[in-house]
Amino acid sequence: MVHQYIPNVSKIRKQMMDEVGIKDIEELFADVPQEIKLDRELRLPPPMSEPEVRRHLSSILSKNKPFTRMPTFLGGGVWPHHVPSHVRSVIHRSEFLTSYTPYQAEVSQGVLQALFEFQSMICELVGLDVANASMYDWATALGEAALMCARVTGRRKFIVPEIISRDRLSVLQNYTSGAHLRIVKIEPEKDTGQLNLKKLRREVDEDTAGVYIENPSYLGFLETRVDEIAEIAHKVGARFVVGVNPISLGIIKAPGDYGADIVVGEGQPLGNPVNFGGPALGIFACRDDEKLIRQLPGRLVGMTTTRNGETWGYTMVLQTREQHIRRERATSNICSNEALCAVAAAIYLASLGPTGFRDLAETCAANAKYAMDGLNRIDGLEAPVFDSPHFNEFTLRCERPGLSIEKFNRELLKHGIHGGKTLKKEFPELGETSLLCVTEIHTKEDIDLLLEAASRIVK
Amino acid sequence: MNMSYHQARWARGDRLEPLVFELSSKDRKGIRLPQKLPARPEIPDELIRDSLELPELSEPEVVRHYTRLSQMNYGVDLVFYPIGSCTMKYNPKICDELAALEEAAFIHPDQDEDTVQGALELMYRLEHFLSEIGGVSRVCLHPSAGAHGELLGMLLTRAYHSSRGEDRSDVIIPDSAHGTNFASGAMAGFHVVIIPSNNRGRVDLEALKAAVSDRTAALMLTNPNTLGLFEDEILEIAEVVHEAGGLLYYDGANMNGVLGKVRPGDMGFDIVHFNLHKTFSTPHGGGGPGAGPVGVVQKLEKFLPVPTVEYDRKRRRYYLDYDRPESVGKIRSFYGNFGVLVKAYVYIMMMGPAGLREVGETAVLNANYVMRKMADVRGFEVKFNGPCKHEVVFSAEPLKRETGVTARDVAKRLLDYGMHAPTYYFPPIVPEALMVEPTETETKEELDRFVLAMRAIAEEARSDPEKLRRAPTRTAIERLDEVKASREPILSWRMYKNRAKL
Repeated sequence: MVHQYIPNVSKIRKQMMDEVGIKDIEELFADVPQEIKLDRELRLPPPMSEPEVRRHLSSILSKNKPFTRMPTFLGGGVWPHHVPSHVRSVIHRSEFLTSYTPYQAEVSQGVLQALFEFQSMICELVGLDVANASMYDWATALGEAALMCARVTGRRKFIVPEIISRDRLSVLQNYTSGAHLRIVKIEPEKDTGQLNLKKLRREVDEDTAGVYIENPSYLGFLETRVDEIAEIAHKVGARFVVGVNPISLGIIKAPGDYGADIVVGEGQPLGNPVNFGGPALGIFACRDDEKLIRQLPGRLVGMTTTRNGETWGYTMVLQTREQHIRRERATSNICSNEALCAVAAAIYLASLGPTGFRDLAETCAANAKYAMDGLNRIDGLEAPVFDSPHFNEFTLRCERPGLSIEKFNRELLKHGIHGGKTLKKEFPELGETSLLCVTEIHTKEDIDLLLEAASRIVK
Repeated sequence: MNMSYHQARWARGDRLEPLVFELSSKDRKGIRLPQKLPARPEIPDELIRDSLELPELSEPEVVRHYTRLSQMNYGVDLVFYPIGSCTMKYNPKICDELAALEEAAFIHPDQDEDTVQGALELMYRLEHFLSEIGGVSRVCLHPSAGAHGELLGMLLTRAYHSSRGEDRSDVIIPDSAHGTNFASGAMAGFHVVIIPSNNRGRVDLEALKAAVSDRTAALMLTNPNTLGLFEDEILEIAEVVHEAGGLLYYDGANMNGVLGKVRPGDMGFDIVHFNLHKTFSTPHGGGGPGAGPVGVVQKLEKFLPVPTVEYDRKRRRYYLDYDRPESVGKIRSFYGNFGVLVKAYVYIMMMGPAGLREVGETAVLNANYVMRKMADVRGFEVKFNGPCKHEVVFSAEPLKRETGVTARDVAKRLLDYGMHAPTYYFPPIVPEALMVEPTETETKEELDRFVLAMRAIAEEARSDPEKLRRAPTRTAIERLDEVKASREPILSWRMYKNRAKL
């Protein structure tokens, strides 16, 4: 059968085989032991043509209910935002889409410059001077940050808040287990959810490599005493690491401006679709401190000139940190990253600009506040659970006896709404609670629909 | 050779296309947002941001800027891209189109399972496809890239040995392996033991026997290896490792060379990673996103990350299973690079079993054809005899001896001929290495053109070596000062402005 992606067919193939000096293609596999050669075809469905595969896939995917057709209030690590058409269109340029890692700088200036611009705009957002060209996602960026703190300080303890996504915590533990880091969780203040500073002070010591907080936290509230936390960490010589939803940085102070040494986060909301959770876009930034820069994981794009010094251009730099040169002594094993998502983020940020980005953050926060206030007014619901300021995510507790949060969400679904994420598995102590997210894509009608449905359900 | 080629070059003064910050003009905006709702968020003053420096551009300016940048970038759609071990084959457009459908791109991982049955079904089916292709019992789709898969493989290795009450410290890796193998082993806390290759360019069985012990946790192996050679003693290798109680890890970067012909599971591997962005043709995107699913034999299934995707036959419903007490947990958020998984799924459906075998056979034929044609080109040699698989490693040592021109110079000059460079100086065991992987999607004419270009370059090395040291000259920019770039790194616009002030 002639396959449309394989041009060397019949006659040409025969010609090539003659050149190579073989009669049968099997001669090229003569070094494969006979007993393990696959003597049958793979058990896979027969090949499809384009119209068939399109129909097949549409039929499978039609069983999904995308949030473009019914409102979703799910966030919790990836967040629904509008992905502008021009962002999607430009990253589908096949020169970007079908290129490899830009090892050959001379023919890769396009993606290199776009990545340099991504790094630069991330630096502006987080208030630091250095950002890498991406990690897989927020969770793996956190794992790498903990390892980097340990390498820089020669210490083994890494402190995190108790209120953190359980998945992220699991990734952190897996990333740091090889280096024998000890992950220590600090309890929250009961009312505010924020880090208990008394307990933090007690826990930091000479072996503390890093102190990590999330701002906004996993459950949506803000850590307000960030200057104090930075001071507590720095006093014992630990590095201060902050995790962010970058959209929040349109209105919230840049972590670099309150003492963060390393910032990690999830860049998906910057022009990338939710995609059932992946591809995502790990953000990783640090201070302009040589000790930190030399320990960075992942690819870095730098600006330099041609050898004659006449023209500025871009190239991957400090590759001696990386696995393909340093092997087992590399700062990380990461090779393929999320470059195209980073290019999308660059296009998105350049399009919003400073006022657009602030407007976006304000809109998310205002819309969330509108939803939060509305829900809280409903008898039998409490939103938020924590007495702290919130950005665009918040907790909702169902206090109607006999009505579980799962049931509440199932009922919302019947009203055509994807409700929040149930937190019972992660934080059973919070009771019948879920985590909701509101962004600029939510209209007043969407939120009013939620409020109306919610009040009907708890009635 | 036709030399009328020149890559696009958009330049202004001492810059190529200016930086997006330099194109900024006050009050321009490229995205209009919906009206916000009447509510006042209560952000405390001390947490309010006072300034943010981002460029200000309209949508047409943004699109023109990044479109110009894209023109200064080689992609598979534009040029022959024979970069070894990277399998830069043609990426079918239908895959991208279907992955971008609303029902795939705009679903949230925490949606009620009833509203994502399609996504779960696709993952369930893809897992079964890959299990069959790799000859393994189950596959975890979570890893975001090959190296990520390796890390998971190492975590599974540790979990397996500790479940048997054993504390095994060593991971054995041949000196020809990809750099990620060493780094992944070390990252998971293993002691990396490097063994030399033999004079046939394959694992030295005696060296392996000497290296294994009751400390051996695993052997990480690429097969075909990075020289493009099949490890023909694979069954003996597997026996040595298994007998010592170790596991066999398969680096799937080179799977294109054996696709449909022989399966890693049948070779004796216990853990196998797949590079969907190589073998299964999902586009590489300038460095990612990729996907590196990991398959395992039955005894390792219970350690796989949560959640797995299961099918409830009675209720005819797919679901996510978190109830796996011996699981290693998570290695990333959610369930993997779903957008990439969709593309690989479509690719497999388009190819079918015979098509995939044809991929393997043609990739190997193309590489052998290039090897054969290059045998007549003076200046390059192949260090190891016999047929190669999907890629072939040439040494430019003879050319260097004769002319002083290096493998790098040759590779850089190839860019001038409108082709991407092969991988060079890898694997490190071959001096002046040029690693060429043509893939199955190139025409014979293109392969001939490549050989002609290599011949022309070898001639240029003799007649005008300076030309090669200056190459490339027909690209958007000449060679950059990499030493300066790393000695005084400028990693952002901020750093550039700070440096400029000094």
